[in-house]
Amino acid sequence: MAAYASLFVQAAFVENLALAFFLGMCTFLAVSKRVETAIGLGVAVIVIQVITVPANYLIYTYLLADGALAWAGLTDVDLSFLGLVSYIGVIAALVQILEMTLDRYFPKLYNALGIFLPLITVNCAILGGTLFMVERQYDFAESVVFGVGSGTGWAIALIALAGIREKLKYSDVPQGLQGLGIAFIIVGLMSLSFMGFSGI
Amino acid sequence: MSEARTILIDPLIDNNPVTLQMLGICSALAVTTSLLPALLMCLALTSVAALSGAAISALRHRIPNNIRIIVHMTIIASLVILVDQLLRAYAFETSKQLSVFVGLIITNCIVLGRAEAFAMKNGVVMSFLDGLGNGLGYSVILIAVATLRELFGAGTLLGYPVLELVSNGGWYEANGLMLLPPSAFFIIGLLIWGIRTWRTQQVEKADYQIHEVHRTEVY
Repeated sequence: MAAYASLFVQAAFVENLALAFFLGMCTFLAVSKRVETAIGLGVAVIVIQVITVPANYLIYTYLLADGALAWAGLTDVDLSFLGLVSYIGVIAALVQILEMTLDRYFPKLYNALGIFLPLITVNCAILGGTLFMVERQYDFAESVVFGVGSGTGWAIALIALAGIREKLKYSDVPQGLQGLGIAFIIVGLMSLSFMGFSGI
Repeated sequence: MSEARTILIDPLIDNNPVTLQMLGICSALAVTTSLLPALLMCLALTSVAALSGAAISALRHRIPNNIRIIVHMTIIASLVILVDQLLRAYAFETSKQLSVFVGLIITNCIVLGRAEAFAMKNGVVMSFLDGLGNGLGYSVILIAVATLRELFGAGTLLGYPVLELVSNGGWYEANGLMLLPPSAFFIIGLLIWGIRTWRTQQVEKADYQIHEVHRTEVY
């Protein structure tokens, strides 16, 4: 149990996908203007991450890895070069399902997320999570924990940045630095402070 | 012809994908610790953006609207696998440094963003040029950031020493912070500041104007 807890903390804080690996930056900067939208997107990312990482784990272990097709009698087939296409296919399908569900049941959130909902498909945090899972050879339970942890870490960073930027609206920022520029500087400072977690 | 020129030149500074459209920032930050991987990454991304623009534009009347994202992703993913295999064949060492980030070109928002916004509505040649232009706009930023980080973080450019390090008997003390994640954010932030000071029409409007109180005013 302790191993899973430490994996969760590591995925969520020490190796925060947004602040240590720069993953999902585009959405991260664009949707962090209001806390409300940020929470919506954060939850959507956690949901997608929790489903896709284990799903891709199953696909990798039972279809793509070297010798994975042994159960079908094909012992020497290595399909791992098809990894990228399969992972992104799973992610795109799930995002499209989520998009239809939101459109049907939560139209307000659907409108707030706008173009950034289909862009969750191209949110590097999601594909990055899967690629790290494959690279680090997690087992099924670990990949579930990693999915929850990395999604949560990304959401926390997003909501924290949104909170800061909401307050920032009332401060006097130099002209050229307004908006995107100052957001970058703040993310840099947040990333500095998250580096402190690596000592734990 | 002038239209083609605008499509190609515009994304370089005036409508830059990284600093104005906020797309493709992830890899712009991650692969810029030294110049060589950054150059290779630019090459990979520009070719994928241009070719996927052309391919998606050629198929645009046949793609059903509600499954378009999956179709786009499949086209882009196939091109990325192609680039990935080419890099492994001809530039193996550098491709190992890029690690997961070549795969992550699939999820680079520039590629899908241009496919959604431009290639679905325009002809094949224009979409190719649009992809090329946006890829080059991305490259400009990437090369600028990578040059700064490698030069001040390690004192080298493309691996050749430029600033003599103290440890090698020179005068320059390497700035280790330049090689860590936070500095990438700072450099891009400052770069945006610079560009927007030069091209003032890119400045974002403040949500609230701060009212300056004159000393004769009573409040």
